[in-house]
Amino acid sequence: MDFASQFVQQLINGISLGSIYALIALGYTMIYGIIKLINFAHGDIYMVGAYIGFFAITMIHVSIVPALLISMVVTGLLGMLVERLAYKPLRQAPRISVLITAIGVSFFLEYTSMYFVSPTPRTFPAVFDNVSLHFGSFMVNGQQLLIFGITFILMVVLTYIVQKTKIGKAMRAVSFDVETAQLMGIDADRVISITFGIGSALAAAAGVLVGVYYNSIDPLMGIMPGLKAFVAAVLGGIGILPGAMAGGLILGVIEALVSGFISSTFRDAAAFAILILVLLFKPSGLLGKNTREKV
Amino acid sequence: MNTIRKNDLLLIGLGIVVFAVLQGMMTEGLIGAFWKLNIFIICINIILSASLNLINGYTGQFSLGHAGFMAVGAYVGVVLTTNFHWPFLLALVAGGAAAALLGCLIGLPTLRLNGDYLAIATLGLGEIIRIVIMNIQYVGGAAGFTGIPHLTTFPWVFFVMLFTLIVVKNFVNSTHGRACIAIRENEIAAEAMGVNTTKYKVIAFTIGAAFAGVAGGLFAHCFYIINPSSFTFMQSFNYLIMVVMGGLGSLTGSIAGAFVVTFISAALASWPEFRMIIYALALILLMFYRPQGLFGYIELTQIGIIQRLKLKGGHK
Amino acid sequence: MAELLKTNHVSKMFGGLKAVSDFDVYINQGELIGLIGPNGAGKTTAFNLLTGVYQPTSGTITFDGKSLLGMKPYQITQHGIARTFQNIRLFSELSVLDNVKIAYHSHVKYGLLEAVFRMGRYFQEEQEVTEKSLELLKIFKLADKAYETAKNLPYGAQRRLEIARALAAQPKLLLLDEPAAGMNPQETQELMEMIRWIRSQFGLTILLIEHDMSLVMGICERIYVLEYGQIIAHGVPEEIKHNPDVIRAYLGGEA
Ligand SMILES: Nc1ncnc2c1ncn2[C@@H]1O[C@H](COP(=O)(O)OP(=O)(O)OP(=O)(O)O)[C@@H](O)[C@H]1O
Ligand SMILES: [Mg+2]
Repeated sequence: MDFASQFVQQLINGISLGSIYALIALGYTMIYGIIKLINFAHGDIYMVGAYIGFFAITMIHVSIVPALLISMVVTGLLGMLVERLAYKPLRQAPRISVLITAIGVSFFLEYTSMYFVSPTPRTFPAVFDNVSLHFGSFMVNGQQLLIFGITFILMVVLTYIVQKTKIGKAMRAVSFDVETAQLMGIDADRVISITFGIGSALAAAAGVLVGVYYNSIDPLMGIMPGLKAFVAAVLGGIGILPGAMAGGLILGVIEALVSGFISSTFRDAAAFAILILVLLFKPSGLLGKNTREKV
Repeated sequence: MNTIRKNDLLLIGLGIVVFAVLQGMMTEGLIGAFWKLNIFIICINIILSASLNLINGYTGQFSLGHAGFMAVGAYVGVVLTTNFHWPFLLALVAGGAAAALLGCLIGLPTLRLNGDYLAIATLGLGEIIRIVIMNIQYVGGAAGFTGIPHLTTFPWVFFVMLFTLIVVKNFVNSTHGRACIAIRENEIAAEAMGVNTTKYKVIAFTIGAAFAGVAGGLFAHCFYIINPSSFTFMQSFNYLIMVVMGGLGSLTGSIAGAFVVTFISAALASWPEFRMIIYALALILLMFYRPQGLFGYIELTQIGIIQRLKLKGGHK
Repeated sequence: MAELLKTNHVSKMFGGLKAVSDFDVYINQGELIGLIGPNGAGKTTAFNLLTGVYQPTSGTITFDGKSLLGMKPYQITQHGIARTFQNIRLFSELSVLDNVKIAYHSHVKYGLLEAVFRMGRYFQEEQEVTEKSLELLKIFKLADKAYETAKNLPYGAQRRLEIARALAAQPKLLLLDEPAAGMNPQETQELMEMIRWIRSQFGLTILLIEHDMSLVMGICERIYVLEYGQIIAHGVPEEIKHNPDVIRAYLGGEA
């Protein structure tokens, strides 16, 4: 394969991976935007989503799309439950304590899952035959098409919710200023809860898609992608939805190119290096506004 | 002034008593190999949490890259003792110096970032350090570095720990430490009071990195082999947990945090499947009931009698 | 009298907003000058320009014979300008005493090693700093609260602590941003006395932003009036009181 087509091929792989990152990063960024919490447990929510999808397909024998929906709903509820039990009591606590709680929740999800589903990786069932589209010398496989399609649909739906619906407007108001929003009669607790639900549902979708893409899931699968998604969210400008989408795609493409052309051992290092470089020049991320404290 | 000196001597005296008791128990065989290793680890973790506290708790800069500095100190140390047969002390100092140098170089550009942006940048830098080490064949790459002489003994870990605590304590009780604390409290006001905030952030970061490097050297020489996977960001999280659980800006807290975290995880070692679940629940519950940590911004010496005397003096 | 501070056509733009324009002031050694103007006139911005928090878009600032352009806030403080903040910025978790001690920072000479190993100048200088801080606290009637946490002080005491802290930096020029804001008339009266007293005691030069007209008219020797970022009047209190532009700015601004 010549350089150009190999490049395009890596680009396609990168966009697939990047879509996954973007879906997780959206949840990160929404939750951060609304309660300024780096929810380190978000990667584990994604892992739970993958397992729920897995069990939906293997135990109740549904096909991929219903499995995806079941997983999104159940995981969304789980996200709301986690928020209610672990974060809501700490609304007045120092931010760092909530962060430590999030790390605790992360460990809890990882190791209770390990206890119930065993630490050994599971093989995600093949959901459809190996179709792939060939364009000249490169190809897009069925899994990748599924990822593109689902990610696109979810992003459109999310944008619609945030921009057009009442709850979306309430979310934006709360993330702008909680107290003012409450004075205007918005029930902040409910909005925060729904934000966790939506963010978790998106992570669940990413988890199921990753199962389909890589065929293998395990209880610690959320650690690295969770961290990468956070990097993506910060890269784009944390708290900004288009930033998370862009950050995820950029990160995915960079990683694919580094794995393809340099060495996969440097893939993670490259992701962090890019992030740090961007922050040195744009301290609030690519799309973030530089707000200085007014003196 | 005399009371300050007296307190120092008292602490050192107390340290020596604790040392003597533990050392005695070890030579008498009252403490088995498992708990002996864990006492070593507790001392090393106290060095790490106290030094991280200097950055996160006292200076208020959210760093998540401590394991990276520890790795630098560990690898520089083992290469010098194993391949070049340097004396242990010099190897530890060199490891600390290498980590400090790196900390200073990294700190200069990144400490301009604030809050969570600094956290993710330092986390990334820690990971980059680890990945780079993983790709250096000279130190064994991902397989790890083997053949390390077992040089870490109880007097080493204990007295290096004591030294760290004294240095950090004296630093924070000086004009330099106050400058750091002022940055944490209000960066704009600190700058307006004549504090070169960039300089002091870098100083705190460098001192913290230096001690993390020394701790890495001590850690590495407890084992025959070390490996980059001992220095992942999860380790940095662990040190952060110790600092926050103990209490930001409290050395007593750093000691307590390192002790509690290490002790819990050692005590639960025989129930591997429940260990992390219980640990996670303990962490969450502790944050519920003491979000400021066990000793947030308070030292043991400020509680009880001493504090009461001080207040009496203050209220005429 | 020697000129201590002089600004020349200093302007500051925030995006399209000209927060301060053509700001020309001079202050002589030992003077007590007022800077007044309606809300949003640019008074605090002027302070931020003088203290290096913002760099001017254009113009020059000379202090004690040196240009302040390009200097960081801490360097300007070390050159002899200290300030208080309109929205109080104490080191709120620290004791009242520590708040003041921090401001002595640039005058302490012992180094890192002396601090860490408690040798050399450490003990003597620390003792000096503590004693001087306590003395300052006494002046500001805060000595009995020295070991209290700063955030627990009543509002008026917090304002006084800000001034004490600024004085500890041993400035030649002291900038006070609405020092009487939120104080009751009696506290304001006491504060005026205090400001007068510290000026003569420490040989200070003071520039003061204040909304309380009686305070400004009572103690300032000269007054600058800002409106929409521009100086619309300048003179002794009597002149300012009868200046039609000033009357319009104030009545128009608050009607
Ligand atoms: N950092 C900033 N960015 C953008 N605009 C600013 C900034 N700081 C001040 N301004 C604007 O500059 C103008 C002057 O503000 P400034 O705070 O200097 O007024 P002031 O005279 O101190 O008013 P007040 O009496 O209310 O304290 C205002 O319109 C303000 O909104
Ligand atoms: Mg103002």
